[in-house]
Amino acid sequence: MPATEASPKTKLSRQQYLDLYYYMRLNREVEDTMTLLFRQNKIVGGLYSSLGQEAVSTGSAYALEKKDWMAPMIRNIGALLVKGVPPRDIFTQHMAKYTSPTKGKDGTSHFGDLENLHIVSPISMLGDLIPVLTGVAMAGRYLGQKIVAMTWIGDGGSSTGVFHEGLNLAASQKAAFVLILENNQWAYSTPVRRQVPIENLADRAKAYGISSYIVDGNDPVAVYLTAKEAVDRARAGEGPILIEAKTFRRRGHAQHDPAEYVPAEQREYWEKRDPITLYERFLTAEKILDARGKKEIEDKITALLEKDREFALNSPMPPAEFAAAGVYCTGDDCHKIRPKWERPISEVTPPKSSVDPVWIVEGFGRGKTSSRENAPIHFGDTQPATEEPARNGKSPSKPAAKPPARKPAPAKPADRGKARR
Amino acid sequence: MAPITFLEAIRQAMFEEMAADPSVVLIGEDVGVYGGAFKTSEGLLEKFGWERVIDTPISESAIIGAACGMSYLGLRPIAEMQFIDFIACCFNQLTNFVAKGHYLWNAPAPIVVRGPSGGGVHGGPFHSANPEMYFLHTPGMKIVYPSTPSDAKGLLKASIRDNNPVLFFEHKFLYRRIKEEIPAGDYTVPLGKAVVRREGKHLTILSYAAMMHTSLEAAEALAKEGIEAEVIDLRTLMPLDEETILQSIRKTNKCLVVHEDTKTGGISGEIAAILFEKAFHDLDGPVLRVASLDTPVPYAPTLEEAFLPNAQKIFAAARDLAKF
Repeated sequence: MPATEASPKTKLSRQQYLDLYYYMRLNREVEDTMTLLFRQNKIVGGLYSSLGQEAVSTGSAYALEKKDWMAPMIRNIGALLVKGVPPRDIFTQHMAKYTSPTKGKDGTSHFGDLENLHIVSPISMLGDLIPVLTGVAMAGRYLGQKIVAMTWIGDGGSSTGVFHEGLNLAASQKAAFVLILENNQWAYSTPVRRQVPIENLADRAKAYGISSYIVDGNDPVAVYLTAKEAVDRARAGEGPILIEAKTFRRRGHAQHDPAEYVPAEQREYWEKRDPITLYERFLTAEKILDARGKKEIEDKITALLEKDREFALNSPMPPAEFAAAGVYCTGDDCHKIRPKWERPISEVTPPKSSVDPVWIVEGFGRGKTSSRENAPIHFGDTQPATEEPARNGKSPSKPAAKPPARKPAPAKPADRGKARR
Repeated sequence: MAPITFLEAIRQAMFEEMAADPSVVLIGEDVGVYGGAFKTSEGLLEKFGWERVIDTPISESAIIGAACGMSYLGLRPIAEMQFIDFIACCFNQLTNFVAKGHYLWNAPAPIVVRGPSGGGVHGGPFHSANPEMYFLHTPGMKIVYPSTPSDAKGLLKASIRDNNPVLFFEHKFLYRRIKEEIPAGDYTVPLGKAVVRREGKHLTILSYAAMMHTSLEAAEALAKEGIEAEVIDLRTLMPLDEETILQSIRKTNKCLVVHEDTKTGGISGEIAAILFEKAFHDLDGPVLRVASLDTPVPYAPTLEEAFLPNAQKIFAAARDLAKF
């Protein structure tokens, strides 16, 4: 049972254990409700499922504070819920209603909230969120806000050019940025083994000189603890951190896709590792959740979703004349975001800004005067910490189990030794 | 006040906006220590420090993405493309993320993307582009293309203060070749207001950026033949000042559009369509176009000269148009 190994009961408060359970259940129930709505033709476009991946979305977003920023991907509805988005926004979005966050201008989970929840909307082009959230982290540091920015990328999206550009910029800036690489093993119909010739996608962190973790993506407590440690380290100024969460996409790319390309044994293996079933078993064994507690949570979710579903169903479509509105921000009230300074502005304005920057990369830009011997190579202070113990002595979580199928032989220490000879 | 170059006007605009508003930052390749490939940001690092003048890796998508993310917290980043040709590398980030944000989810991204553009300096096919029209076809972005130092300063300041993403093209041929006395103190030039550079009654020449100067040169030659051309500097392509254009056409009844961008798909086609829609009965002749050849920008001086419009080509087209 992975949850017990990776996360002893004492790590979280009772309420935290129950919160994770609530959000995972809510995540799944929201999506189940939408599957029914889809079959009733109430969903305008496609519907993407995160069945089996709920632990990644909820566990990682649960590590963020209210002031932190995040940008979910399409399979991170759980993260939206944890950050405070009501289910009605998700229903109305998918149903293209005028009451939705985008007022019907975009669907799915493509919406955000800059002012209150600090959520950046995803777009369909994968990887673009990585530099955007890097910029969020840079601006947060500049304003003195001590925020962390988090986004998600799939195994598929990790092959985009902007993944590299963004993560490298984040690393060179030492941005307070956490990237959750949600390896669900399939990019549409292409298995991860045919996308990337390496065993662990987290290994890529080494190339950027940043720390990384690998975590069992079906264990919400392990995901949370790892994400929390990463968020804390990023906030403390250690730079960006990459977390590979190994999980599995149990449905097709979207509703239209039966995913017949997935081998039966792989599917069966992961279906036995359903994150909610396993977690429920753990909570019951640890006497955190009993039948009554479970029913209370279920009743709460049912009532909430019934109310929000009705709201969405009864909401109007946007009026046709709304199509032409809002391409440009015109007038005074379309841009209300003012920088929230949490440090003295004098530090960044002349004459002080020119003499005392609060943050610099060690040695950066000093090439003119550096001698060859002491010229910085890796900015001096980045840690190639992949799978090494974290600074506080805790071991990064390891995946408790790996998929049995299609496993190429990983390079073993002995092999490496041989290669050196 | 002594006249200043186009380059200095850009620098002054950035300097003054950064001094006045701590939310203005500059991000790009070699903008800090080196002061920019054309020295447009020289001295900014020393004055404003590492946090506000940010040297990046060679990653145009990351530059635009980061600028966009910074704007979400209330900053007003200026993102520099070392040469505007490289804006192709962040096309997706600009057209899909930045430009659509306000329409889709009420997320304005007040960033300015600026960089040296245009040919005539033998920069070859990858350092001479005029890519403005790729973006005119993307709803959500404003497009500014100044022709004089005083406009460059005033328009850049207005662009930085604008709440929308603005693409700001700086014709590098003009950087050090023209000097102008500029207004003292803080001033802006509003986006979307064209200006009549030379009054005339026989025909209207619409142009912008470096070709505005070439058009004026042609107008001088035309005047010697008794043809009085009105020359209008568009200044911004989005918003396009239709009112000033239509006003002039109602007076002269003839229109020639001149641009350095390649002919097919250039702004001239769009302007011709607008005139047919809104001023059909005012036109006494066809809307003519003088533009670059529909080829990549060639390198050899003889080839580039053939590629670009010049005063002779404008003169010939205008003389033909005047005959109608």
